[in-house]
Amino acid sequence: MGLLEAISLAVLAASTPLLIAATGELVAERAGVLNLGVEGMMIVGAACGFGGAWLTGSTMIGALCGIAAGTLLSLIFAMMTLGLAVNQVATGLALTILGVGLSGLIGARFVGERIATAPHLHIPGLTDIPLVGRILFGEDAFVYFSLALVVGVWWFLYRTRAGLVLRAVGDNHASAHALGHPVLRIRLFAVMFGGACAGLAGAYLPLAYTPFFIPGMTAGRGWIALALVVFASWRPVRLVIGAYLFGAVTILQLHAQGWGVGIPSQFMSALPYLATIIVLVLISRARTGGSTTPAALGTVFVPDR
Amino acid sequence: MHLVLERRTEQSRTIALVSPLIAIGLTLVTMSILVAILGTNPISALGVYFIDPLTDGYSLQEIAVKATPLVMIAIGLSLCYLANAWNIGAEGQFLIGAVAGSWLAVKTHGTDAGPWVLPAMLLLGAAGGALYSLIPAICKVRFAASEILTSLMLVYVADLVLDYLVRGPWRDPAGFNFPTTAAFDPVATVPVLIEAGRLHLGAVIALVVVAAGMVLLGKTIKGFEIRVVGAAPRAARFGGFNSNQLVLLTFAISGALAGLAGIIEVAGPVGNLRPGISPGYGFTAIIVAFLGRLNPVGILIAGLFLALTFIGGEQAQIAMKIPLDVTKVFQGILLFYVLACDSLILYRFRLIFASPKVSRGAA
Repeated sequence: MGLLEAISLAVLAASTPLLIAATGELVAERAGVLNLGVEGMMIVGAACGFGGAWLTGSTMIGALCGIAAGTLLSLIFAMMTLGLAVNQVATGLALTILGVGLSGLIGARFVGERIATAPHLHIPGLTDIPLVGRILFGEDAFVYFSLALVVGVWWFLYRTRAGLVLRAVGDNHASAHALGHPVLRIRLFAVMFGGACAGLAGAYLPLAYTPFFIPGMTAGRGWIALALVVFASWRPVRLVIGAYLFGAVTILQLHAQGWGVGIPSQFMSALPYLATIIVLVLISRARTGGSTTPAALGTVFVPDR
Repeated sequence: MHLVLERRTEQSRTIALVSPLIAIGLTLVTMSILVAILGTNPISALGVYFIDPLTDGYSLQEIAVKATPLVMIAIGLSLCYLANAWNIGAEGQFLIGAVAGSWLAVKTHGTDAGPWVLPAMLLLGAAGGALYSLIPAICKVRFAASEILTSLMLVYVADLVLDYLVRGPWRDPAGFNFPTTAAFDPVATVPVLIEAGRLHLGAVIALVVVAAGMVLLGKTIKGFEIRVVGAAPRAARFGGFNSNQLVLLTFAISGALAGLAGIIEVAGPVGNLRPGISPGYGFTAIIVAFLGRLNPVGILIAGLFLALTFIGGEQAQIAMKIPLDVTKVFQGILLFYVLACDSLILYRFRLIFASPKVSRGAA
């Protein structure tokens, strides 16, 4: 396997959790809900995902455990922000703090254990094509699923009536409410979808990326996913570009460390975080005209009866 | 049946005072259930957590030592949150403050520098934290980049900067390859208040910060502007308040306080610069700020309470083998309940048993 091929495979693997988590958050934010708890839902998804796979030996069950964990946590968030009209920023932070603690508690007994990584697709002939074969036809199921997810979300948001209503709720909840759309119920589903995606993205890490669980293994990926949504201007297709760009930065800095470039490893490790800041600045500055930010993003909605 | 929120015409003062207590009560009940699930008697666990640390002098001092950074950081954060500026990177500002102040301690190590070293270190720490916090603030004001994400990203960067320094240029050559700087000289160390005790001058500084916060918020025009900009941005605009300037100001103050807390921590209880100097003070301080209802006196009490959970958590781990992560779960659940109970101040909750469709038609 050539170096270029190895790097491309690694980039895809590093990008996939970002893409899945960001897609979920994009839907929630399109409905007007800013859930800053992505990191917390991811890390609990990672612990539960590993636990499920370790106990049953099945990657599939691990992934489902991750999804269930993320969804459950998102329900707490929904209860607070939608049911009790609590500030979304503060609640999201609380979710992340809680998630970090919970994952440590759940994952404590799994530390040091190993599981088999998720199987990779193998189509005789196609997968063996030099250079592109393994990249196109030799990934694990998560990679294909993440791309299908983006296409599905794009289709839902822009080609279905329900998607139109969801976007309307995110842009102007008062008008949507006046038209008779159940604002809070739509937001509930959007938040749950975001939670499920974050849980799955977290589960991807121990199931496919590294075959073990380490406390804090998400290492800020949930926050980077949040930044990606901004980077993508809340458009699903741009999310793919953003996620792969960030995956590339992550992998390249790892390789650069391996090559012994004369820069301290800590500075290379800081690159993804610094890149996030720079990208946020550039994107936010470029978007002063015609904003695509959901207009009601982060605002509380209390229906007047 | 469904829940309906009605906005209160007047905010209830009683509930404002009682709501943090309700939140603590609910958290204790929830945690008792969790501890019971983990297989420990909840009553004795609560005793170890919340009563035992209050019964001996060493633990009492330790609570004050832990509360010192929490209170200082939370006072700064409360200014940000009141002004609707979301600084969640206090952890990073704490670390950079520690780094900036430690620079002087490392440079003067082994020289016969005078007693000016410590005050200069504290100033450097505050300046370092303030400058570091200005990065997200300027990105927000100048480029409209979300300060939430940028300030958080800088936490990871700060962690790596500290790691680099103590493993690289600042490592103690006589330190058996441990990633720490040399122990700070006596002139670079925060003095303790009681002979052979742990309580140090930082606790006094924290109290001064609380008092300064009370004056700033209660007695000055700037404090008034901070509160108006957060509570009624439109009114603030009509009043001609410069909200960008207030974002910069509140970020700078909170960064300076976090940085000061950082250098006090390394020059005080820790004694040198090393990785892991903070058990998440910058994040726990967010909870302290909200539990204290963004009020300086409230923050002082809340800081002591959360410090108690740190100490209780350590003791419960030693005495009852309860994992340390239980403390983090406790803190997370506490913040949830605090926020939920705060909703009680703004809204009246009413359970409606009839079909919601009917009432909507009537409106």
